[in-house]
Amino acid sequence: MEPTTAPTKPQFSPAAQAEIKRLLTHYPEDRSKSALLPILHIAQAEFGGWVSPEVQDLVAETLGIKPIEVYEVATFYTQYNLKPVGKHVLEICRTGPCMLRGSDELTAHLERITGAKVGGTSPDGTFTLKEVECLAACGFAPIVQVREKYYEQLDTPEAVDAMLNELKSLVHRPILPWEETGLPNSLKNY
Amino acid sequence: MGRKLLTEHINVEGINTFEVYRKHGGYRSVEKALKTMTPDEVVEEVKKSGLRGRGGAGFPTGMKWSFLAKPEGVPRYLVCNADESEPGTFKDRQLMSKLPHLLIEGMITGSYALGARTSYIYIRGELLYVLRILEKAIAEAYAAGFLGENILGSGYSLDLHVHPGAGAYICGEETALLESLEGKRGNPRNKPPFPAVQGLYARPTVVNNVETIAAVVPIINEGGDEYAKLGVGKSTGTKLISACGHLNKPGIYEIELGVPVEEFIYSDEYCGGIWKGRDLKAVVAGGSSVPILPKELILKTAAGENRLMTYESLSDGGFVTGTMLGSGGFIAMDETTCIVKNTWNFSRFYHHESCGQCSPCREGTGWMEKVLHRLEHGHGSMHDIDLLVSVAKQIEGNTICPLGEAAAWPVAAAVRHFRHEFEWHVTHPKEATAPGAAYRGPAVLA
Repeated sequence: MEPTTAPTKPQFSPAAQAEIKRLLTHYPEDRSKSALLPILHIAQAEFGGWVSPEVQDLVAETLGIKPIEVYEVATFYTQYNLKPVGKHVLEICRTGPCMLRGSDELTAHLERITGAKVGGTSPDGTFTLKEVECLAACGFAPIVQVREKYYEQLDTPEAVDAMLNELKSLVHRPILPWEETGLPNSLKNY
Repeated sequence: MGRKLLTEHINVEGINTFEVYRKHGGYRSVEKALKTMTPDEVVEEVKKSGLRGRGGAGFPTGMKWSFLAKPEGVPRYLVCNADESEPGTFKDRQLMSKLPHLLIEGMITGSYALGARTSYIYIRGELLYVLRILEKAIAEAYAAGFLGENILGSGYSLDLHVHPGAGAYICGEETALLESLEGKRGNPRNKPPFPAVQGLYARPTVVNNVETIAAVVPIINEGGDEYAKLGVGKSTGTKLISACGHLNKPGIYEIELGVPVEEFIYSDEYCGGIWKGRDLKAVVAGGSSVPILPKELILKTAAGENRLMTYESLSDGGFVTGTMLGSGGFIAMDETTCIVKNTWNFSRFYHHESCGQCSPCREGTGWMEKVLHRLEHGHGSMHDIDLLVSVAKQIEGNTICPLGEAAAWPVAAAVRHFRHEFEWHVTHPKEATAPGAAYRGPAVLA
């Protein structure tokens, strides 16, 4: 017999609730739907790097809008993951300027060493590989984004190893206001 | 060495903080505008400066501002387009990360000129870390009395917020951006009505690029006439150029408009030449949407004059032999680059990013991607090359927003200038599909 317990309904943490409350002050009172995109970002960070239908329903409830209004937005924007992902989602830029500087080779290399295929997750659940379009850091190509951080100039195996080593010890935290994430090197040394 | 109006202090330690930014002359434009100028006088200075939209379209900013409808009792908005995602363009990210207060200062001065009481910075969702930098800086500006109620005792009040997107190139189109800011899919709106009449929340709105808004600061500080002295002709002031691809020194350069393209590519002051001692094959000068030009046409116009980094010089010759300054996303390709592969890559991008509202774009970008994939992988025919041109033509001008043109132009231009490379893929499929293969011979037809 199948277990009959209902799935637990997701709930935002108090920190996330406070951040949502702050965001809602940014828009006119009758336009709170404007906060949908930022709240979906918070939801994705809170609930394991993706937004399940239950999480999308929670977002709809939070904003007092119809679930379909959340679904149509969540499926439009590529940053929202609609399926479970690994611990680290490596978003590899594949657009022209990155391709000119070796993004094809980078993708092949990452597939080899992580054991994940593009669009999938490694068997141990550590890495999901996702190809994305231009990340707007073309002068520092090729580039991978992992949550809020850009890893740039990944044109040598050593640079890739350094990224993966850093990720090994990285624990993702939900998005909090003004959390300082590490700046990419290009921004440190302009 | 040209003057740097935006990035002069970009490497100063701590310039991202209010205190250091202020010490280096920050927020003077707000003081000057709010204490000594009327909003219309600010608009007038921007008109005099000749500043043109830095996001790509190059539309005169002062004129755009003067179109803003001002019905009594209806709020109006200034929205900053920080959805930088035109391939090859990465200047705004740098500017916002390093000089967040410059953008905030421009937003305050600009909002005052337009009479906006709430303004937004719409930033692409990938740049959440930059959003946090901006939010921190905005909090500092509030604490210092440059935002909020009754700024500097002038009676003018302004709230400023940052809003993230979530991965959609189309949201760089201003009406798609406004839809997105309202919490919807980024589908561009039919125009008219234009945002100047019905924009955010159906209220009068101006949408400007990050660099455009930042440029308002030196314009107000020094005066529009002074700003207009820099540059050449109708290309006034300075421009941030994002240089990438096969260059020795890719990066962001603030240039005075008018620098010769050859100097920009080869001099050590800028890009330092082509990497690995190779020869230059082609350049996409203004972001992936503008026509690609072969080396000879990017360095010199068809008439043999030196090509300059200005709106006019780059577009000299129209689309037959010219291109556009666009967003200043400067992509250089060396002699080992396969133009067919690169064009396929760009086509895939536009297909991926088409919002799907208009059939010519939704279907046409997919067709172009498929045909280019076929050609690149050695399964194409001569007819396919003409088919590409035909599809591109049928997209152009038949869509709600300019993404249609942005998708069509690069394909049409690649065939126009590099038809021999496409033909080579048809006549020599085995050589053309070898790993890393690129046509290296002269531009003769098969």
